[in-house]
Amino acid sequence: MSAVAEPPAPAGERPGRALLVALRGPALVTVAILVLWQLAHELAGDVAITAPAPTLAHLVEMVGQARFLPHLAETAMAFGQALLIAWMGGVLIGLGLGGSRLAGEAAEPVLVTLYSIPKVTLYPVILLLFGLGMQAKVAFGAFHGIIPVALFTLNAVRNIPAVQIRTARALRLSPAQRARHVLLPAALPEVFAGLRLGFSLTLLGSMLGELFASQRGLGFLLMKAIDLHDVETILAVAVLISVFAVAANMGLLAIDRRLRRGAAPAGTGA
Amino acid sequence: MTPAAILRTVVLAGAVGGLELACRTGAIPPTMVVAPSAMVAGAVEALGDAEFWRHFGVTVEAVAIAMVVAIVGGFCTGFALTRVPPLRRAVSPFLASYYSIPHIAFYPLLIVIFGLGRTPLIVLATLFAMVAMILATMAGLDRVPSVLARTARVHRLSLVEEIWRVRLPAAAPHILSGLKLAVAYSFIGVIAGEFIMSTEGIGHEIAYAYDNFNNRRMYALILIVLALVTTFNMTVFAWERRMLKRRGL
Repeated sequence: MSAVAEPPAPAGERPGRALLVALRGPALVTVAILVLWQLAHELAGDVAITAPAPTLAHLVEMVGQARFLPHLAETAMAFGQALLIAWMGGVLIGLGLGGSRLAGEAAEPVLVTLYSIPKVTLYPVILLLFGLGMQAKVAFGAFHGIIPVALFTLNAVRNIPAVQIRTARALRLSPAQRARHVLLPAALPEVFAGLRLGFSLTLLGSMLGELFASQRGLGFLLMKAIDLHDVETILAVAVLISVFAVAANMGLLAIDRRLRRGAAPAGTGA
Repeated sequence: MTPAAILRTVVLAGAVGGLELACRTGAIPPTMVVAPSAMVAGAVEALGDAEFWRHFGVTVEAVAIAMVVAIVGGFCTGFALTRVPPLRRAVSPFLASYYSIPHIAFYPLLIVIFGLGRTPLIVLATLFAMVAMILATMAGLDRVPSVLARTARVHRLSLVEEIWRVRLPAAAPHILSGLKLAVAYSFIGVIAGEFIMSTEGIGHEIAYAYDNFNNRRMYALILIVLALVTTFNMTVFAWERRMLKRRGL
């Protein structure tokens, strides 16, 4: 009994405190980054790094301007499409290859190799194949994200304990039931880890695509700001993208953790 | 060869052969993709070219500096963090979200700070690669079985000996996968930067060939870079395999 007893805590206060504890780490990191940023500004001056407060004010002002919105929409559109392709395509490829033992074994080293090559090198090829514009950005973003999603899904399907599949057969589940009640719950945590990684890489790919050859979008704004030596805009756009990326990632991580907690008892055999 | 390896070879050879055929018959115009045989011929040509080796040297130097700093620095940081749990708890949310930030967005800033030269490239690549190494080192050291640590204590090993003879070898598989990632990320950082703005290096040469519709040279250079990275990864992979085999895994 005493081994599982929890430390006594007033029942009404708990959720609020748990939230506070959960937010303490990120809050500390945010404060640390702001302090470092201010310090860097003091050291390097306005020419290299503008101070946090004016930069953030500039960001707010910029987002309010009408001419900023088409750029934001362009980037959001490219990223959204790329993410959709990467997630759906990756899961489908992973499921297809994971379904057959031979196909999985044959494809895995190829996927790992593709995953670890510097894909920027292939950007000119994407431009030749898809032309300059939206399609190339979407293709490049999706190309970055689809491989880790496929790889994680493949491994997730392969690592489902054989006993669970045998149980499904013993219970005479139909293929649809088997997928719904056995395969999906067993593979979901790992597939989701792949989706999270795919999200980050797709964002990286779309940003790279916009920096190299593009006439619209946040990446284009960054390149224009370099030419004009407009440090405030560079930093403001970089902060905007980073905040979006980190916030989205923290949301995905929270879901990830919840899925893993649900899967913990079943995964003890692995 | 295992059946899987045979299937893989057949599929890959078929893909290359199909591409060659499609290019030769004109189904895919050379303005999009040049035939694989032409890529290889172009690569051989480029390898005999002094100009190529200059750009190649510049890129490899930048990648090597970034890689070494990232691997050594990342390992030391990761090691220090496992020793100081409060610090680790404080930075772990940052590390967990690190790779979701598109670093390339900070490249313009680095150019403003360090000037147009090799330095911003190397800094970007180092920052990009180091965290993979930190994460891998921590993951590896976390997973050292406690029985090994106890054995080290039974044998009264000093701290340095314990790290060198017990913890490092036990954590090696994870650290090696971090090493592979660090290499890939250093290449990505340097070549992406060279694409965007730089006057030398392989990335610049590829972009230059692209701008001049010199597809043959562009594909040849891409092939060389990819072959280099893949060879490196295969070498590390073979080493890893041998190590795991020796341990009966």
